[in-house]
Amino acid sequence: MTESEGKIGVFICTGYGLAEALDIDALCAVATDEFSVPFCRTVDSCEGPGLAAINDDISNEGLTKVVVAGISPRQYTDDAFPDDVIVEKVGLREQVVWCLPPDDEDTQMAAEDYLRMYITKVQEMQHPVPFQPEGELDRSILVVGGGIAGLTAAHEAAEAGYEVRLVEKSDQLGGWLAKQHRSFPTRPPYRDLEETGVEDLIKEVEGHAGITVYTSAGTSEIVGAPGLFDVTLTSFGNGKPEGETIDQFRVGSIIQATGWMPNDPRGDLSWGGLDDVILNVDLEAMVKEQGKITRPSDGKEVKSIAFLQCGGCTGNKPPSYCSSICCMTSLKQAMYLREGDEDAKAFIFYEFMRTPGLYEEFYRKAQDDPGIFLTRGEIADVSRNGSGEFTITARDTMLGEQIEVHVDLVVLAAGMVPNAADGESIRALGDARVTMVEGDSEQKKEEAAETVKQLEHHEGTEILNLDYRQGPDLPALEYGFPDSHFICFPYESRRTGIYPTGAVREPTDGLGSIDDATGAALKAIQCIEMTSRGEAVHPRAGDTSYPEFQMSRCTKCKRCTEECPFGMLNEDKEGTPLLQETRCRRCGICLGACPERIISFKDYSIHMIGSMIKAVNVPEEWDEKPRILVLACENDAFPALDLMGKKRMKGSPWIRVVPLRCLGSMNNVWITDAMSAGYDGVILLGCKYGDDYQCHFITGSELASVRQKNAREKLEQMAMDLERVELHELSIDEYGRLPEIFEKFGELIEEIGYNPFKGM
Amino acid sequence: MNPDAKPILVVGGGIAGMTAAVEAAEVGYSVVLVEKEAFLGGRVIRSYKYFPKMCPPSCGFEINTRRIRNNPRITVHTLATVEEITGTVGDFRARISKIPRYVTGNHSLDDTITEQLGSERPDEFNMNVGTTKALYYPHDTAWPPLHVVDREALSDADMLTLTETAPPGAIDMGMSAEEFAIDVGAIIIATGWRPFDAANLENLAFGQCPNIITNLMMERLAAPGGPTGGMILRPSDSEAPRNIAFVQCAGSRDENHLPYCSGVCCMASLKQARYIREQDEEAKITIFYIDVRTIGRLESFYHDLLEDENITFVKGKVAGISEDAGNNLILDVEDTIAGEKPAAQFDMVVLATGIVPNTADVPIPLDLEYDEFGFLDGGTGVEGVYSAGCARHPCDVSTTTKEATAVALKAIQDLNR
Repeated sequence: MTESEGKIGVFICTGYGLAEALDIDALCAVATDEFSVPFCRTVDSCEGPGLAAINDDISNEGLTKVVVAGISPRQYTDDAFPDDVIVEKVGLREQVVWCLPPDDEDTQMAAEDYLRMYITKVQEMQHPVPFQPEGELDRSILVVGGGIAGLTAAHEAAEAGYEVRLVEKSDQLGGWLAKQHRSFPTRPPYRDLEETGVEDLIKEVEGHAGITVYTSAGTSEIVGAPGLFDVTLTSFGNGKPEGETIDQFRVGSIIQATGWMPNDPRGDLSWGGLDDVILNVDLEAMVKEQGKITRPSDGKEVKSIAFLQCGGCTGNKPPSYCSSICCMTSLKQAMYLREGDEDAKAFIFYEFMRTPGLYEEFYRKAQDDPGIFLTRGEIADVSRNGSGEFTITARDTMLGEQIEVHVDLVVLAAGMVPNAADGESIRALGDARVTMVEGDSEQKKEEAAETVKQLEHHEGTEILNLDYRQGPDLPALEYGFPDSHFICFPYESRRTGIYPTGAVREPTDGLGSIDDATGAALKAIQCIEMTSRGEAVHPRAGDTSYPEFQMSRCTKCKRCTEECPFGMLNEDKEGTPLLQETRCRRCGICLGACPERIISFKDYSIHMIGSMIKAVNVPEEWDEKPRILVLACENDAFPALDLMGKKRMKGSPWIRVVPLRCLGSMNNVWITDAMSAGYDGVILLGCKYGDDYQCHFITGSELASVRQKNAREKLEQMAMDLERVELHELSIDEYGRLPEIFEKFGELIEEIGYNPFKGM
Repeated sequence: MNPDAKPILVVGGGIAGMTAAVEAAEVGYSVVLVEKEAFLGGRVIRSYKYFPKMCPPSCGFEINTRRIRNNPRITVHTLATVEEITGTVGDFRARISKIPRYVTGNHSLDDTITEQLGSERPDEFNMNVGTTKALYYPHDTAWPPLHVVDREALSDADMLTLTETAPPGAIDMGMSAEEFAIDVGAIIIATGWRPFDAANLENLAFGQCPNIITNLMMERLAAPGGPTGGMILRPSDSEAPRNIAFVQCAGSRDENHLPYCSGVCCMASLKQARYIREQDEEAKITIFYIDVRTIGRLESFYHDLLEDENITFVKGKVAGISEDAGNNLILDVEDTIAGEKPAAQFDMVVLATGIVPNTADVPIPLDLEYDEFGFLDGGTGVEGVYSAGCARHPCDVSTTTKEATAVALKAIQDLNR
């Protein structure tokens, strides 16, 4: 044992039925005889007093690396052991004793192998040293967009004591809310229109000592990473020459609150070109400016309005998503009309009235108003006579009859389109443009030309102008909203330290934007604090390890720079990866991607996992005991394996499980390692991928599936059956599938025979 | 950051409370999380899948649990309630009481011990479908990962069995209730919700006909850890239902019950329709609704279901339900679009019941401003006290996690003043 390996201690638990099921002395012998660990003892529990006894030994014996073979690592809190000791817990209870027959040769072999694997693991593990960059980490926040979301984010972050720079592209703050006459209600009893309050908020922001406001400006470049973003602001005109650099500064994190634009459906409607068919935002601005509703074409005072929900598309062309605020907006605007004139009539044609939650009361108020007519109907036609009167023909789907109403004005409830750019598509467009010229074959050039044609509409749409290899803006999700895992962890974009918020992230009203932006401010602050402590943000929150690249061996293949789901790496002209450590989420996907195996973490490396794989005693062929390596995502598949044990389901004595940070961190060399070591097959357990992906690292399991295909090809080259590697997508609650997966794979091995290289 | 800041008190350990706690703690502040049940996860951990991604809550829950496990700044108290709060912003004192678990945590247990016991209790986790032993493990992925003794349900004989057979130190039947006070700087109310009691809807015959269940019961029937191991079966005969009705707004948007919309029941039923369709290719489903409220990006989920020939949407409010001799259910309902009464016999009916804030039953021991339904919306009325999730208003998980993150910042601002 070398000094760098530290002093290893092994604790083997005899409680929890382990002593009844296993030969504990033989387990101890693995530690003391095979590995010559200087300290090994049994404990009757590894919780409570048992845990205290372990900790006493750690301190008295000066142990620096410890293996506790007993219960699942998921049973422990982080403060169970001293910070300066590396401790690996081996769940012999869940993964061996609870799912394999007691007092059995194969069960014993499994337990001994796990001990070998984890002693090997701690031998190779080193303490992570939190990352500290060369430059000084900045603690201020950039907010892009000065609507309600941006104003709120700026104000809330500043109120928490963080310096904020707020950038707005137009010449004034306030966004769409500032163009509104009134807000719909935000508090009980949810019946009354409210002042928007945005003017007060603008004043507070402009007067806040912690906030610097830039209007008529945008970010022309953002270079760097969390804590180290260097921002260049450029003028958008209005007094200064357009394109002139206004300011340059460094920020710690970024909030994108770039809002939305109304979707104007008039071009899609056969009658949409009629005069005086206006959008809800137009009506809002009109009431705000002139305090009354007039017809744009002739200035006639409007006595009746038809509001057509879903942009007039009800019933025929369903919109791809619901903008969530248009029903409330039309009800509100109907009230504007009615407030000014008790004879006025508002007709609202809708498919579904969507006033969720406590907004129902506002809907009820509108229903109580004799001048507001709510019709569930499909618009059949809109026409206009010589005096300018509109005739709306609709099929009332409730009464089953055709109805006609005559109105002065038609208002389309226009939906919201995010003001976002799709960073990945912009980058793909740029790459294709280069290939069109420099491509090494005519075919490639043609394909690139096709790509350019498809993506051309992304031209010039950049907003943030990030200096990221993977594109200048956040990647977009369906409908163009910037990506986030929008159920459990709504703020987690794929660009660490950059948080989209408000209507750019999802259709939302002002109240929703305020909450959302306050949350985004928290995340921006959190990123600054965690980065300054050298910690990863979600989902490996608090992890202080980070990847190190042995650059002298890099072949500039660009796999790491392309595959990192978070765009951690930039590239120089030759394709050399340029590390931006504070962008890293520590998933290890780069480690899995690298064919040269030059990427490692202090406590997670190719060599470490490879050594664990090789630590297993693989029986000779004539023993008829296959060995199957299971590489399991530690977030979902590993807990599922625990549950299989807890439920006392029948496990397989042939499997040996190695948990991975993400299945996307799987490097194919481990499959080769396993085959060379005599394993008969490899099962990969990852999360669901595709549109409804469940991978916490977005694309990890999907990347693993691609690599698995490559691995199978490699098996073929080795004249092995490619079925020896298989991948399953598994969520935690699908633990019930595991016994069958293992059993079938065992049968498969029996059928195709053992690894021909076994014992060679 | 204020290094001397007092902790934040988070009341309630469902998705709102857990999120608020981890988000604040990861910034660097201390949090005390108080949960009345024996485990974290609240209502969401009882769900089989989240809409619209159809992913299991246990996936995100595992991450959140790990964030709690790994963060020494978070102190979790389960089986605990807040009895009294005094003081003002920056300087609150909360008196917490904890009922005994009787399981010490010194030696975690396995189910061989529970199997020896005769005493049982209603399985609250599974919406009282079935029972558990009086010593039980709360649910598959429970945190803290400990069994619990239901003292009231435990017979004397079983108590003896427990003390004799449990590993030494694992069980302490002499454990007594605890009470202690903590000083905190800000308070987050994340006490969540309970389902509207469908028994109040006499016309819908819940509790009288075995095959009328609620949407929350359906979540447990579909869940692998549920009473049927994930098989959706009719309670009366444990047969797979072939023709199922969903009754939307069961008590909701109704001046006599819950005047408001709970915002999630449409999506919940649509999601549950998919559970059924995934188990049975032949099953037919009818959804009776007033408005289909699939807001925002959820709209495409509805449009996908419209493509399914076996799923029918009928606009109509169900007026009554009766039962035939075979425990099938006959719905009294008019299709307001077609203008006729549809054939309305089903083998199972799911009532889409809404959200009632827990604060409507048990208010926070502080003079807060509730609305008429018991929600803490529009502010709590007390500086330094914030609400998030269904304590504030009826909402879905995504909205809840946003709000919980937002109030974490509001609390942090108070700690820095």
